[in-house]
Amino acid sequence: MSGSGTPILEVKGLRAATAGKTILKGVDLAVRPGEVHAVMGRNGSGKSTLSNVLMGHPAYAVEGGEALFEGQDLLAMDTTARARAGIFLAFQYPLAIPGVTVSTFLRAAYRATKGVDVKPSEFRRRLLGEFRELGIPEDFAGRYVNDGFSGGEKKRLEILQMLLLEPKLAILDETDSGLDIDALRVVSQGINRAIANGVSVLLITHYQRILDHVAPHVVHVFLDGRVVRTGGPELAREVEARGYEWVEAA
Amino acid sequence: MNDTAAAAVRPEDAVGEYRYGFSDPDRSVFKTPKGLSEDVVRTISAIKGEPEWMLELRLKALRHFRERPMPTWGNTEILNAIDFDAVTYYVRPADRQGRTWDEVPEGIKKTFDRLGIPEAERKFLAGVSAQYESEVVYHSIKAEIERQGVVFLDMDSGLREHGDLVRRHFGTVVPPNDNKFAALNSAVWSGGSFVYVPKGVHVKIPLQAYFRINSQGMGQFERTLIIADEGSSVHYIEGCTAPTWSTDSLHAAVVELIALKGAKIRYTTIQNWSHNVLNLVTKRSQAWEDATVEWVDGNIGSRLTMKYPAIHLMGPRAHGEVLSVAFAGRGQHQDAGAKVIHVAPDTTSAVTSKSISKQGGRASYRGMVKVHSGATGVKTNVRCDALLIDPESRTDTYPTMEVAENDARVGHEASVSKVGEDQLFYLKSRGLSEEEATLMIVNGFIEPFVKELPMEYAVELNRLIRMEMEGAVG
Repeated sequence: MSGSGTPILEVKGLRAATAGKTILKGVDLAVRPGEVHAVMGRNGSGKSTLSNVLMGHPAYAVEGGEALFEGQDLLAMDTTARARAGIFLAFQYPLAIPGVTVSTFLRAAYRATKGVDVKPSEFRRRLLGEFRELGIPEDFAGRYVNDGFSGGEKKRLEILQMLLLEPKLAILDETDSGLDIDALRVVSQGINRAIANGVSVLLITHYQRILDHVAPHVVHVFLDGRVVRTGGPELAREVEARGYEWVEAA
Repeated sequence: MNDTAAAAVRPEDAVGEYRYGFSDPDRSVFKTPKGLSEDVVRTISAIKGEPEWMLELRLKALRHFRERPMPTWGNTEILNAIDFDAVTYYVRPADRQGRTWDEVPEGIKKTFDRLGIPEAERKFLAGVSAQYESEVVYHSIKAEIERQGVVFLDMDSGLREHGDLVRRHFGTVVPPNDNKFAALNSAVWSGGSFVYVPKGVHVKIPLQAYFRINSQGMGQFERTLIIADEGSSVHYIEGCTAPTWSTDSLHAAVVELIALKGAKIRYTTIQNWSHNVLNLVTKRSQAWEDATVEWVDGNIGSRLTMKYPAIHLMGPRAHGEVLSVAFAGRGQHQDAGAKVIHVAPDTTSAVTSKSISKQGGRASYRGMVKVHSGATGVKTNVRCDALLIDPESRTDTYPTMEVAENDARVGHEASVSKVGEDQLFYLKSRGLSEEEATLMIVNGFIEPFVKELPMEYAVELNRLIRMEMEGAVG
């Protein structure tokens, strides 16, 4: 089910730097509503920088180009406004917030992004429902956010947030890294559920592996701060079979 | 020493930032002239109709105070600037004490209303001992506690009605010559609480006292003595909030706790003095055989606080804990900490100190753990965590350890963290504003403290922290 019409996300000639070094050197891509785009690239190619810049991380300076979300200038909005507009970033390395319970955090995030409050009992019911779907035990709600979590637990919590907050666009930054095969399956099911509900996805990954579970409509190969090739799902398999050197050489 | 916190607070800043800074028109009936003299001390004692021994103690303490040099640590710049002649040492707000809520003057009630005291009273207060200016004007004790034989009085009444008990214990934990400010308190003390819990009695509801300063340039010198007899337990809560005035207000309280064999005392404080108050308090306790003392100490307000709740573990297997939070905002210096003295064998202790500094505020942890010779089998652990909200703020740690026994197990951990860009980014990516995100990080940081508070205090503390954090960002 490929979308049509105005892109939900349109990135044109985007350049960005961190610590004085230019990382993104003119990124172009367009995601239409309901589409799943995979961005593949090796470590250090600038994929994570792309996700951070799209979410407005203060350590990155935009040097040129533009990024539009539903036709609006994304780069003019701060991170809070981007989240409230409907963009979600699943972090590669989610941060710990000691002393703040998962349920307190999620309720605050829900209130902040949806602009509405729900009764604690109703929220809890909803939360526990999502916990069950993702194989998360109930006592998770009372633990402190990402504090002492395993890699797999952190990634599950990120996907849970995506399902709970129901963004329009989810940027998934290396969500598959560090997951064993069972965890990957559960996380992928969560992503597919969100896709079925209509979320658009920018799936950033190093490996083809997750693409066996989550089917992309479009695949971009990312090299040295640019999208160097765009194609259909077959492109991912080709990269997997022949390596990034093949794209580089081409 | 480059001491940013010592820079003077402009009164208009303090007024602008301190939201509880309202005050009633001064309705005091009697006050001593400004300044300290033997006459002032004699007048205070005479007004109260005290026994001769207390007058003698006060006069001796006055001599100690005069001989004693100012401490050379903490915040010496502020300490040395104190003008003791500009302080009023005794003010009486009303001619007699209110015994019921109806008898409390309207103006005072209004102030209490704004602080939410009647609500707290309705919900779970055992008795309110609300100190207004220098004397307790309202003091109610629930029948249940009286039936158990628990004494919960203001200190003046305690001295009148339980003279022998007071004489036996007053000044035994904090002697009048202990330090300069304890000597000052001993000379001019007024009000505070006296609590006696008989053998084997467990006071189920926390006993609470509210303190309040309400007169310009006036000092408050409460004196609290709590005795938990063998096998008893009690939780005492002291919370205070004060109006703002343009001159420094001196507050030098003394609190003495005695937990006899197998007894347990928890003493909880949330101090929220206005940002011109100097809060120089001596809090000390004795825990005898198998007894437990816990200080839960929150410092939010004041310009300078120097306070180091102490526990002397006097009997075998006694246990002590100090859990504290200090919040230092613009122009504030919180010099707080803990002292644990292991005198007897097999005694254990834990100190957890958390501080938050913002807008150039300074939080210091000053602590001492001492293990006496003969105190074998001691276990003690100290943990200090500091959180810096911005780069202008400051935190220091001054730990001292003196351990005379080889088998003591002594732990010490300290950490300093900053509210990180990445943490804020994470929370903002979930739709929280910068302010909401910072507040969430701060609330998480003090959670281990807050969860030890009774519900109403936890709510109040969260509200205070929220108010303090407003405008701290950007």
